[in-house]
Amino acid sequence: MFYIHCPYCDEYRDEEEFHPKGQAHIARPEDPETCSDEEWGDYLFFRDNPRGIHHELWVHAIGCRKFFNITRNSASYEILETYRMGERPRFSAEHPQGESAEHGAAVNVADEAGRVADQEGVRA
Amino acid sequence: MQRYSGFGLAKHALSHHENWQRQWRNPTPKKRYDVIVIGGGGHGLATAYYLAKNHGITNVAVLEKGWLGGGNTARNTTIVRSNYLWDESARLYDHSLDLWKGLSQDLNYNVMFSQRGVMNLGHTLQDMRDIQRRVHANRLNGVDSEVILADQIKEIVPIIDTSKNARYPILGASWQKTAGVARHDAVAWGFARAADALGVDILQNTEVTGFKIRDGQVYGVHTNRGDIESKTIGCVTAGNSGVVAKMAGLKLPLESHPLQALVSEPLKPVLDTVVMSNHVHGYISQTDKGDLVIGAGIDGYLGYGQRGSYATVEHTLQAIVEMFPIFSRVRMNRQWGGIVDTCADACPILSKTQVKGLFFNCGWGTGGFKATPGSGHVFAASLAKGEMHPIAAPFSIDRFNTGALVDEHGAAGVAH
Repeated sequence: MFYIHCPYCDEYRDEEEFHPKGQAHIARPEDPETCSDEEWGDYLFFRDNPRGIHHELWVHAIGCRKFFNITRNSASYEILETYRMGERPRFSAEHPQGESAEHGAAVNVADEAGRVADQEGVRA
Repeated sequence: MQRYSGFGLAKHALSHHENWQRQWRNPTPKKRYDVIVIGGGGHGLATAYYLAKNHGITNVAVLEKGWLGGGNTARNTTIVRSNYLWDESARLYDHSLDLWKGLSQDLNYNVMFSQRGVMNLGHTLQDMRDIQRRVHANRLNGVDSEVILADQIKEIVPIIDTSKNARYPILGASWQKTAGVARHDAVAWGFARAADALGVDILQNTEVTGFKIRDGQVYGVHTNRGDIESKTIGCVTAGNSGVVAKMAGLKLPLESHPLQALVSEPLKPVLDTVVMSNHVHGYISQTDKGDLVIGAGIDGYLGYGQRGSYATVEHTLQAIVEMFPIFSRVRMNRQWGGIVDTCADACPILSKTQVKGLFFNCGWGTGGFKATPGSGHVFAASLAKGEMHPIAAPFSIDRFNTGALVDEHGAAGVAH
């Protein structure tokens, strides 16, 4: 049973309040119409599925209903961090001990948040 | 191989059962094999067996990182059925069911295949429409299947709650009389013993750590017991397929999830068939020993931990008690998890890959046990010929790029 820190509510809540939504940071192709079958199929179906550190998308379904990311070890189930959309993870397969906090904050990538906000019908 | 028989049992009784032959050898790896099968679960062992028996290819190694049948083969709820909706999967699973029927004789090993029937319940009008559609599709494909209504269900399973006042009233079910259960461990052991007798080397505690690939052609594997060469390699590694594929530089359209099951304390015989429900989401049968075997859905997140979450246990048992209020005070004995490799369309992958000579048999997700003999049979034929068997062909990995998915999710009485 996970005890998950929602980065928006800033509270630890029971796993039952959340839903996992699969691998995080999968960018939708900029122009789906021009994708080849390979590119579109890869985007829809092919996943990293690692045994070890994994970034995944979760939603606080019966809480604030916001989406956020978790870095979790898929073998030990240890949750290393939770972070908001658009933020960069400190922990990764390349940096299992975590990058320094300053580094993570300095490279606060607006890219992902921007792409979400730019979508039609999304109000920030 | 010493054949098993009633006479043999009596003979060995005279020597206090101390002189039984080992069921399979424990050979040292050779340098080179005609075919390597990675994964010593049911599907892998069946593949090796049919390679030797049907195709005369006996210079085969099965590489298993742990012990035989220690993964999902030992962790499932042993249900065997073939009432799938689409033509492609009906052919695959019904082919398997045909092989199940003669399997004990074929292997000279009692796999305890018991055709006690499987019912998939419907609790809403839409459920019943879907069941009608699936049963019609089954019958057109020659798969035994019929629709039964609540009073017929009550006749077959007197302890089930078919009252109208239930929160999710049971309206009817699809009923496959020829479906049933089998003894999961015996399936792995039976295939292993029979394959070994035909000359297959079963190498336990042999973990593949990498592939040898030159010019897009595989020619061997690295293992913790040294390098082994072969130009034809079949990966049958279930939940770990993604990890193995990565060693060959491939990515698969799979996600590995924990799927758990549990058994109760042994009870007197009370349930002589298999009851599954998509809607309240649980399935149950009773073993010959008397335990209730209960399963349900996967945990939604990716995981390799071979254990499931408590929340899922609770949901599963809620569903069981909804259908069988009589079980509300049964105590559960054990709970365990297996790692299932799920595809987006809930169908397996039986396929060549971009690497020549490297084949994958994976993605069976939550329902692979029932397919064990059929999967091994068609995969062995594919490895032997280098071309996919016609029954396996629709399950190519290419379907995720061409869009020709076989969408069994929710359509097949798949209770997941």
